[in-house]
Amino acid sequence: MKENKKQYWKGVEQLTNHPEFVKYASKEFPQELPYDKGILNENEGGSSRRDFLKLMGFSVAAASLAACEAPVRKAIPYLNKPEEINPGIPNYYASTYTNGGNYCSIVVKTREGRPIKIEPNKLSNVSGKGTSAQVEASVLSLYDKARLSAPLINNSQVDWSELDAQVKTKLESIASGGGQIRIVGKTILSPSTKAVIQEFANRYPGTELVMYDPVSSYGIVKANEDSFGKAVIPTYHFAKAKTVVSFGADFMGTWINPNKFSRDFIKNRKLDGGKKEMSRLYQFESNLSLTGANADYRTPLKPSAEGLAVASLYNLLAGKAGQSEINVEKTEVAYLSKAADDLWESKGNSLVVSGSNDPNVQIIINAINGLLQNIGSTIDLKTPVYFRQGNDEKMEQFVSDLSSGKIQGVIFLNSNPVYDHYLGADIQKALADVNLKVSICERKDETASEVDYVAPDHHYLESWNDANPVEGEYSLCQPTISPLFNTRQAQETLLAWAGKPGVEFYEYVKDYWKDNIFTTQRKQLDFQTFFDRSLHDGVYSVEARAITMEFIVFGGDLNAAASNIASAYKAKSNGVELVLYETVALGDGSQANNPWLQETPDPITKACWDNYLTISQAMANELGVEVIEGNTYQANLTAGGKTVSLPLIVQPGQARETVGLAVGYGRTKAGRVANNLGINAFPFISEINGLSSLNVISGVAVTLTGAMTKVAHTQTHHTFMNREFVVQEAALDTYKNHPEHVFHRPKIAVSDFLEEKLGGEDEKKDGKLQPREISLWKGHDYNNHHWTMAVDLNSCIGCSSCSVACMAENNVPVVGKQEVLNRREMTWIRIDRYYSSEKSATTNAEMEVAAENPEVTFQPMMCQHCNNAPCETVCPVAATTHSTEGLNQMTYNRCIGTRYCANNCPYKVRRFNWFKYHDNKQFADNSSMNNDLGKMVLNPDVTVRSRGVMEKCTFCVQRIQYGKLEAKKKGRRVIDGEVTTACANACPTDAIVFGDIRDPESRVAKLLKVKDKGDRQEIHEHRAYNVLEEINVKPNVWYLAKIRNKEENA
Amino acid sequence: MSLTINLRRFVPTIASIFFMLVYTSLYSQDADSTGVDSGLNAELISAGETLFKNNCLVCHEIHEQKVGPALADIHNRRPVDWIKAFILNSQKVIQSGDEYAVNLYNEYNQTLMTSFDFSDDELNAVIEYIKSETIKGPPVQEVTVAAGAEGEVARESAFSAKVITIFLVVLLIVLVLILVVLFILVSVLTQYLKQKVELSDEDQEIVFQKFDFGQYVRSPAFIWVMTFVFTAIVAKTVIDGLYNVGIQEGYAPTQPIAFSHKVHAGDFQIDCNYCHTGVRTSKNANIPSVNICLNCHSSIVKVTGATELSTEIQKIYDAKANNTPIEWVRVHNLPDLAYFNHAQHYEVGGIECQTCHGPIEEMEVVRQHSNLTMGWCIDCHRTQALNTKDNAYYDKLVEFHDKNSKKPMIVEDIGGLECAKCHY
Repeated sequence: MKENKKQYWKGVEQLTNHPEFVKYASKEFPQELPYDKGILNENEGGSSRRDFLKLMGFSVAAASLAACEAPVRKAIPYLNKPEEINPGIPNYYASTYTNGGNYCSIVVKTREGRPIKIEPNKLSNVSGKGTSAQVEASVLSLYDKARLSAPLINNSQVDWSELDAQVKTKLESIASGGGQIRIVGKTILSPSTKAVIQEFANRYPGTELVMYDPVSSYGIVKANEDSFGKAVIPTYHFAKAKTVVSFGADFMGTWINPNKFSRDFIKNRKLDGGKKEMSRLYQFESNLSLTGANADYRTPLKPSAEGLAVASLYNLLAGKAGQSEINVEKTEVAYLSKAADDLWESKGNSLVVSGSNDPNVQIIINAINGLLQNIGSTIDLKTPVYFRQGNDEKMEQFVSDLSSGKIQGVIFLNSNPVYDHYLGADIQKALADVNLKVSICERKDETASEVDYVAPDHHYLESWNDANPVEGEYSLCQPTISPLFNTRQAQETLLAWAGKPGVEFYEYVKDYWKDNIFTTQRKQLDFQTFFDRSLHDGVYSVEARAITMEFIVFGGDLNAAASNIASAYKAKSNGVELVLYETVALGDGSQANNPWLQETPDPITKACWDNYLTISQAMANELGVEVIEGNTYQANLTAGGKTVSLPLIVQPGQARETVGLAVGYGRTKAGRVANNLGINAFPFISEINGLSSLNVISGVAVTLTGAMTKVAHTQTHHTFMNREFVVQEAALDTYKNHPEHVFHRPKIAVSDFLEEKLGGEDEKKDGKLQPREISLWKGHDYNNHHWTMAVDLNSCIGCSSCSVACMAENNVPVVGKQEVLNRREMTWIRIDRYYSSEKSATTNAEMEVAAENPEVTFQPMMCQHCNNAPCETVCPVAATTHSTEGLNQMTYNRCIGTRYCANNCPYKVRRFNWFKYHDNKQFADNSSMNNDLGKMVLNPDVTVRSRGVMEKCTFCVQRIQYGKLEAKKKGRRVIDGEVTTACANACPTDAIVFGDIRDPESRVAKLLKVKDKGDRQEIHEHRAYNVLEEINVKPNVWYLAKIRNKEENA
Repeated sequence: MSLTINLRRFVPTIASIFFMLVYTSLYSQDADSTGVDSGLNAELISAGETLFKNNCLVCHEIHEQKVGPALADIHNRRPVDWIKAFILNSQKVIQSGDEYAVNLYNEYNQTLMTSFDFSDDELNAVIEYIKSETIKGPPVQEVTVAAGAEGEVARESAFSAKVITIFLVVLLIVLVLILVVLFILVSVLTQYLKQKVELSDEDQEIVFQKFDFGQYVRSPAFIWVMTFVFTAIVAKTVIDGLYNVGIQEGYAPTQPIAFSHKVHAGDFQIDCNYCHTGVRTSKNANIPSVNICLNCHSSIVKVTGATELSTEIQKIYDAKANNTPIEWVRVHNLPDLAYFNHAQHYEVGGIECQTCHGPIEEMEVVRQHSNLTMGWCIDCHRTQALNTKDNAYYDKLVEFHDKNSKKPMIVEDIGGLECAKCHY
């Protein structure tokens, strides 16, 4: 049996065994717990025992008095009940989430006419079969109080008719004078909307649509135009790639269509059913991204060397292919030649991508894929994707035209360039002199505050719309609630101004589909049937789409690209470089006012409610920075002539002499949740070879201000205290050869007598027994169902959509930054991120080595529903009990809040309600529970917990009960897949599988290779293990060990 | 001498114990009043009760005539075999020309009784139940509710309660006798001593002292005991009171429309499902929307026998005309922390509406029939047999259950008492 010698650590404090960390590690909460300050600081001075008794006496009296008089409750039925809406029964509608170029085909769950949860649409070919954190959270954005409630002219509310009249008059005068009008939007996926804009442009000549993306991929479009004569972003088939090499493209987190990419990528990583083959991923990047964290081989790389690294890879491959090399400076990049070998071996089934917006780099990438014969195989140029249609050149032209006064009218269509474009300041300045400034938007954001006319748009859940995210793939978006405010759909607004007032966009979409999309199919002869079918499914794929792909020869100008690269990049550079990135939760910041997203910790740094500068351990040592328990240093970042002050975080895996900074923060006019959190990093976006770039490679300086500050982390809380075998992993080769012996099975030393008495037959006599063989408990019989969850660590990419899905499903409160600092976050499912390195470190110098490029493992951690649950035995009031279906039940109304259970939980997954988080002004950021509008999102089947009770993951018991009831009503057993948890359903990579292992046909039973012995269910999958198996709590959550496709000693 | 002294000291104590016993036995009588002592098989009765409630109650009551005759005393009226044959196939009995059956058939408007496919054990159980109910006699009208709900529990402990009561009564009598004997002894001895001459001063004082009632009342023992009794009574009252906080049993608020279930569900026999559309599918039974009212009331505008348009029916038209829904007052309120699902109980469990809602078809104004406490829910889950017939969901469970037990599978057997069945 191979012992796992790796060191696992949750953060740099743990690795160094810093005394402060050690002091706090064994405690649930930090020592200096601010009982009398912080959130309740108006009670300064604290309260005495006498006050407490007085209050208690009063509240007992008050409670009993109040309880005597039951309030009169009304039950108000519909006047005319719609046939399909039945109170108490959810309705599901297929729809489409679009936010700029971010797309997801979804199913909206509504109760009593209110959307309460977003589920993935499993019929979609485009967005994977899961959701993302942003998609899950978007339902709360619908109920955002900061949304506009009426049209505005110069900040005062007006009628739509008045707004229309004034805007039309101005538009006409501009058009008649031959003036220029611009509609500025982010990527528009909807073909019908584009048709509307065309009508608008026909009515007002001089109108042009300018699209931009806050984080642009225009470089790829330019490069493809040069290389293949097609100005498109192709479809990338990660599912076909055996070797993937990525230069800074975070394709699992934020790049282009991450949900689909991660699903496809993980398809080749799954080892279900005894599979022994995996794809391999190389990542070369500066910040530790989600993709980098999931890579088999990762190399930290300064952005100034990125172009040269790509060129070197080309040269390596050209050597193998017998082609001439390109002339660039040589650079040494770890694992690059190994990557080249692997790529060459899996020629035609490999994929090289880059997140760079430099067309020269992308041209070389195209050339590499050309050499590898990937064009037409893993790269499909015939099926372009439309997720990023922003055109940097046009946008820059727009800004310069605006500044020079060439443009008389500008309409911002659901875009906020003053905030999220790097030339936002210029736009803001130039807007002052523009004749007609209109914003069609959902909130009075940074841009809308600078315009005269604000035409509020519906939220997407209130709108009709369509989308064409990929060539030949269409989807429909339908309203799931009547408009909450006096808003009007953007397209109807444009149509009204274009001289078609009163046209319903629904009819418009229908007509568009009739003329353009209905004709692409022959199956349905009647349009209405076709439309109804498409609306029901939410998606429609063009039938006649050729599956064959064409092989396009690379025809780009390689030498020009090489010389541009040679001049722009350097193999060796001194000085700090800044790399901006989008976070998985906030993205471009358009949903920043969503507290669920703010409280979702970044998958890598595990920090929330703030942005910060990530620095390497080496830089931290240079600056003399130590980050302990969220206490950190404030620093000044200077880049591109701008200076901001922000906190530092030491980030293992950060490339030397680079710093990372997230965009999406620093909103000033998004609403009360997001305003003034962090700083806006968009203005730091620089230019490289004429296009916008997230990398700032010169003029960057970081200095300490001397001030200390705090960043709220969710990890290094609830630490496992160095207990081994929380995470199990192995290299692929080892696993291939000895799948049964790779993983550690802890054993407990016992006396000979016990061994004789309890030991199984096939055990060798070594004085040790497996933990499950020595138990004080008799165990439980599961005669009906035995609900079990399997979490495949090989598939989990750490994207956090499960976490947000859980918040939405289970009414989990948001506690805010201060309470996260107090270690009181409430999430029922957290994703633990472990770094691992070969060596431990006690000094900062050793730390530098260990933290230079650690391996990362993600482990979703929720209530393990132990069969020998330690929490159940210590509850003095039996508020937590075991069910006959394997659930560890938590009964809120019985709980008296002793917290013994949390104390006794080895997994630290129990959450205590320290405060009343609902109807409490001090937690106004918890907007789903603190105003009537926000409360509409609450799941009516789940209790909103009150102060003083414990809560935790329930395995979505409300869904289990619902699924069972549906089965009983139909007089049959539950069919696998009918009952699933919110986290499992949201997972884009199917890392979480939930089901009944007493059903031999269930996915989870097959995955875990369950043998049903009637009174017990045995798990026979080699990779399956329980976290902390040695304490024999027998969880109902099984983890499948992580396998890295890495050579043993690399 | 000292004997007398001691005896006198003990008098208040004994008196106090006497009071306590009276008090205790009063309360124990409470528990007993619902108990049955008829020498019948309790297990069989409970099985019979379940069967009766699920199958017979729709048409029969024990003590009153419903759709079919009152069943009290049926075992004396007819032979057991006849009863069994009639339940299994009443048509056959009638066709065979049985005089009693034919008369019955004609008496009840020639309505045939549905045939029930009961086993012999089940038939015995039902008959046993009817016997036991006959012995109990008709329930007092007002108390029906409470007795019905508590009866289940009380019956189980009936035997032990009975024994305790008998024991207490015997003890009480013995103590009273002892008290009387002691008094007689004391007075006889005192008389005897008074006639004696050679008594010391001290003894004389004792012998000739007057009986001072005040002294006993002021004695610490008496005060302590009385304090204890008083506290116990107050505590019991307070605790009982607290248990009733928030219980709205009998709650019958005035509704915006004087809607009568008696007229609709009782007189006109409209199926509950016609208006309460969610009962089969949803957690909510649903209060009907105006459009459902109007299905009938677009043509029915007058109350039976009236000549004018009913003002109550007019309110439906007003609601429609003004586009304002009717704001009914919710009668049955469960706390937020409890999850209840109508479909589970009605559609899957086959429980009749009346089991929880009471004789709703007789109510002019709807009132909360059951107390809707957790204890009430649990009591039913402890005794209610599952409706597993023709439901493949339960097939394996029933098979497994029958292997290990002869009793019918009740809700409790499949986890019906677990917290997370209702609280999440």
